[in-house]
Amino acid sequence: MSGIVAVIDYGMGNLHSVASALQHVGADEVLVTNDADLIRKADRVVFPGVGAIRDCLSEIRRLKCDELLAQALTEQHIPVLAICVGLQAMMTRSQENDGVECLNMIPGEVRFFGNPLKDAQGQRLKVPHMGWNEVHQHTDHPLWAGIPDMSRFYFVHSYYVHAQDRSLLAGSVDYGVSADAALAQDNLFAVQFHPEKSAAAGLTLLKNFLEWNGQC
Amino acid sequence: MALAKRIIPCLDVDNGRVVKGVNFVDIRDAGDPVEIAMRYNEQGADEVCFLDITASHEGRETTVHTVEQIAEHVFIPLTVGGGIRSIEDIRTMLNAGADKVSINTAAIHNPELVRESAQRFGSQCIVVAIDAKRVDDVDGLPRWEIFTHGGRKPTGINAVEWAVKMADLGAGEILLTSMDRDGTRNGFELGVTRAITDAVEIPVIASGGVGTLDHLVDGVILGGADAVLAASIFHFGEYSVPQAKAYMAEHGIEVRR
Repeated sequence: MSGIVAVIDYGMGNLHSVASALQHVGADEVLVTNDADLIRKADRVVFPGVGAIRDCLSEIRRLKCDELLAQALTEQHIPVLAICVGLQAMMTRSQENDGVECLNMIPGEVRFFGNPLKDAQGQRLKVPHMGWNEVHQHTDHPLWAGIPDMSRFYFVHSYYVHAQDRSLLAGSVDYGVSADAALAQDNLFAVQFHPEKSAAAGLTLLKNFLEWNGQC
Repeated sequence: MALAKRIIPCLDVDNGRVVKGVNFVDIRDAGDPVEIAMRYNEQGADEVCFLDITASHEGRETTVHTVEQIAEHVFIPLTVGGGIRSIEDIRTMLNAGADKVSINTAAIHNPELVRESAQRFGSQCIVVAIDAKRVDDVDGLPRWEIFTHGGRKPTGINAVEWAVKMADLGAGEILLTSMDRDGTRNGFELGVTRAITDAVEIPVIASGGVGTLDHLVDGVILGGADAVLAASIFHFGEYSVPQAKAYMAEHGIEVRR
């Protein structure tokens, strides 16, 4: 039983894909909302994000979604899944938009991939990092259950996360640099890729999230 | 191991129906874009692209509904192009469930639309489509110019310079179609593909002219494309997406399997 899944909506972009994917893998009820009362009743929270980080953060703060997120993590102690800019917003700061202070819920930085970016063979790499890349699993986290190591997930981002505490690293992706693809801390799992756009691998991860009890 | 090169089947949609149909043996309705998109998803396509060729306003509302249905059933990225003219059109398609929109003629009439939409919705969802045709210089050097109206109307704009400008304005990706090759099944125009992939930092999707699996390989290896888009070779069941991927992999190209 997944119970109620609240997808935190701070008005930046379309959240239907995330909601439909959660429904597709069997969520009992999915609410796309920023209503504090509804989120308080939720059994799980998804913190998504697309677009430019400065605009995202100003809406997150204006709608007090940061407080709702903190409440889910530390008061409700329910499973939380952060996706893409949702993950980036939780870091300390980002180099995007000439430097932005983020929510500092996970100490670490969001860095630009660099220009020009090159792989180990000196081949030029395009930015944004757009498409299907292999995720190296660093832990045996319940959200990886049934997903083979080095499965491909869909990424689209120009900035990447580097957490200070390397013990949080649950998955990484190589793209000129080794970027954090998934971080895990207590009842939080945060991913840079888009599980809702990652076909079977992504749907398995979402299904695992619905079944997760929030323990590592 | 690295980022996979993408294979993107493209569907032409008119009033909510796929035109020219699709020739899959076991498909119930060859004109239903939702069923076809689901089939490509099952085959392992990396994205699906919809080109809306609907002329009427009412028809476009049907397209929005189609996009909504696809987004409910298909969990790979979906790009919608055709008739995107304003911020409002982009918002409508993104809200319906498109992951990216492709802007073509409107970018030529109003390049600021690219900047404004990239700022508002993020570069990741703004694809600029370029229809290029070869018009050699007097000295015989190849030059490619942007054409509109299905390749009939020249604009005088240099396609390579235009791609660089679009990337600077915030486009997240270029969808490059050779109007000399589109529909010919003679392969991509590799000259312009290479020239544009070398000129911009953002990913480039090659389109126009695919008739064989070798053409897909050439687009990536010789053209330098990050993704290859094709229609008829997949629609008519000549090749499946897994066959195309197996062939590309044999030629040393990273694909998702």
